[in-house]
Amino acid sequence: MSAREAILGKLRGAVGGAGDQTRREAVEKRLGKPPRGLIPARGQVEGEERLALFCRMAEAVVATVERVGSADDVPGAVTHYLRSKNLAPSVRMGDDRRLKRMDWAAQKSLEVKHGRAHREDEVGVSHAFAGVAETGTVALLSGKENPTTVNFLPDHHIIVVNAKDIAGDLETVISRMRRKFGKGEMPRLLNLITGPSRSGDIEQTMLLGAHGPRALHLIVVDG
Amino acid sequence: MEVESPKFKEKARRAIADEQLQRAMGKARIGFVGKRKKAVEALPEFEELRSSARAIKDHTLAHLDLYLEAYERKVIASGGQVHWAETAEDARRAVLAICRAAGARTVTKGKSMITEEIALNDFLEEEGIQPVETDLGEYIIQLRGEHPSHIIGPALHLNKEQVEEDFRRVHTALPAGRDLSQPESLLGEAREILRPQYFAADVGITGANFLIAETGTSIIVTNEGNGDLTQTLPRVHIVVASIEKIVPTLEDASQLLRVLARSATGQDMSVYTTLSTGPRRPGDPDGPEEYHVILLDNGRSSMLGTEFHEMLRCIRCGACMNHCPVYHAVGGHAYGWVYPGPMGAVLTPSLVGVDKAGHLPNASTFCGRCESVCPMQIPLPRMMRHWREREFERGLNPATQRFGLGLWAFFARRPRLYRLATALTIPVLAGLAGSRGRFRSLPLAGGWTRHRDLPAPETRTFMQQWRDRETRKQERSAA
Ligand code: SF4
Repeated sequence: MSAREAILGKLRGAVGGAGDQTRREAVEKRLGKPPRGLIPARGQVEGEERLALFCRMAEAVVATVERVGSADDVPGAVTHYLRSKNLAPSVRMGDDRRLKRMDWAAQKSLEVKHGRAHREDEVGVSHAFAGVAETGTVALLSGKENPTTVNFLPDHHIIVVNAKDIAGDLETVISRMRRKFGKGEMPRLLNLITGPSRSGDIEQTMLLGAHGPRALHLIVVDG
Repeated sequence: MEVESPKFKEKARRAIADEQLQRAMGKARIGFVGKRKKAVEALPEFEELRSSARAIKDHTLAHLDLYLEAYERKVIASGGQVHWAETAEDARRAVLAICRAAGARTVTKGKSMITEEIALNDFLEEEGIQPVETDLGEYIIQLRGEHPSHIIGPALHLNKEQVEEDFRRVHTALPAGRDLSQPESLLGEAREILRPQYFAADVGITGANFLIAETGTSIIVTNEGNGDLTQTLPRVHIVVASIEKIVPTLEDASQLLRVLARSATGQDMSVYTTLSTGPRRPGDPDGPEEYHVILLDNGRSSMLGTEFHEMLRCIRCGACMNHCPVYHAVGGHAYGWVYPGPMGAVLTPSLVGVDKAGHLPNASTFCGRCESVCPMQIPLPRMMRHWREREFERGLNPATQRFGLGLWAFFARRPRLYRLATALTIPVLAGLAGSRGRFRSLPLAGGWTRHRDLPAPETRTFMQQWRDRETRKQERSAA
């Protein structure tokens, strides 16, 4: 008997029995129509209030947040961020179409490197699929145009998120993802990021910049 | 890892005398409790979420075979491979086979209790493959040749001076005169040292906080980002997970995430919650080319449907040990195996056998704090009592008997500790004593009360005592 059969057999013996058909139906039902569960009231606010909550929660986990009027303002905001941190004028990003549409060339002397990140990259720029106001979280999807390494290797991570994509709760983001990819389907990676990397492993002192980015800067695009 | 639980008493005595440990535990005691409290108070729905989380796991466990099958189908459909393992040995062999096929010489590892449980590191080393722990705490204890003393804070038992010593001992290529007096510099050094390791590794191994049946997804929840580098940079990603990690849907995972980080570290969300489904896809610029899941039983299936069934709801948040007076007093290593604290006292005898660890449930004051904070509402004290009954049924074991009395005497000789332990215990004891006001069995003094009754203490409510204690503590730290 294979290990698989042995384990499943034992489990069936412990919880299965005659009611197998009922159990099967219960499983199919839950997988077919996932219950939403209990959604806390905190994120259930609309419009400006929701955006303000998102920013507040993100700042509470030591991300920095900046709001800009339109996507055209993003390259300028990135340049400004680099200057304010005394960083070399160079960023790494994937081929995300929303980022590519922006006028990066207008930023004189800013080098924009495309493709997966490398060790020497200091700043990564990504575009979020969504935000979650309840916790100040951003959701990033991997794919052809969105390398995962950009999210973890550079010291500074700048994430652009559209205000209209900021949901109250994670469940709303999950529903949107299901619509985008189909039921039961996922991108290879969904990264939920809540603040910059940290560790409390030495004497429980929370320190930023463990292995991932030391700084997380969110650019919220209004409109 | 060798089971050293039978040496609990001896280890506990040494732990109490260990000044470094006591200093480290002092910090731990205050840190976790306060952070959790704050996070929980900031979410009015927390109690309801606990019930919701519990219901999700109860449902899952009642349908575990079916959800595992569904999960497996989805993993395969997304291009991943599933390896079933009945025992720790099977799991180690499966990992080794994958590493061999990949021609691996080094593997990086994200923090994972399950690979501690199967003692993977020692095994890989013996087979000539170098495992590199990348979580800061795990890295530190790997340098020291130790095991984690806490399921989410592996190096909780250490002070920064000890870490500095280890770094100086091992990182000899770095200038001897460098300043490592601050945790920041220690963290920075570990980051620099480990960075190249991610690139050099052929295989990355992580655990999983959850597996999702609906999508064939594994989830890791971390703060450092090391788990993500571990699973993204090498060519092969291996997930080692036990079968009870399954949840049905994405929404179910979301419910559990709401209680996990709050209970563990007092965060609303950990920094990185990463949902992985299969290997690199066509056109992907990065990510592993192979994605394997080792599904490990290692004794879980034998707990299903028994009085320890509910333990399978555990999401390894660590809240029970963070709030346990015995854990605070003796630290994690005294428990002698992978899982310490109340959850360890219940789980260890289930997984390694009652003969080796059946006495661990004696290391409890039955104060009930663990159950009251457990996000999964696991009745830990009740299950510890089950174990004690089983121990009893196995026949009066003189060693155990002595052990029980020994532990009690050991606390009794240390008034400060005893007060700490009993302050949390009295109402529970009074309850046990019933209307007669006499005890039949007194926690920590089992060997003694088996032969005589003790008068019961006066009842004061647990919360009253707790508040008093907290107030005193605050006054002390304010002073
Ligand atoms: S028993 Fe409960 S409190 Fe303890 S680790 Fe498991 S889930 Fe957390």
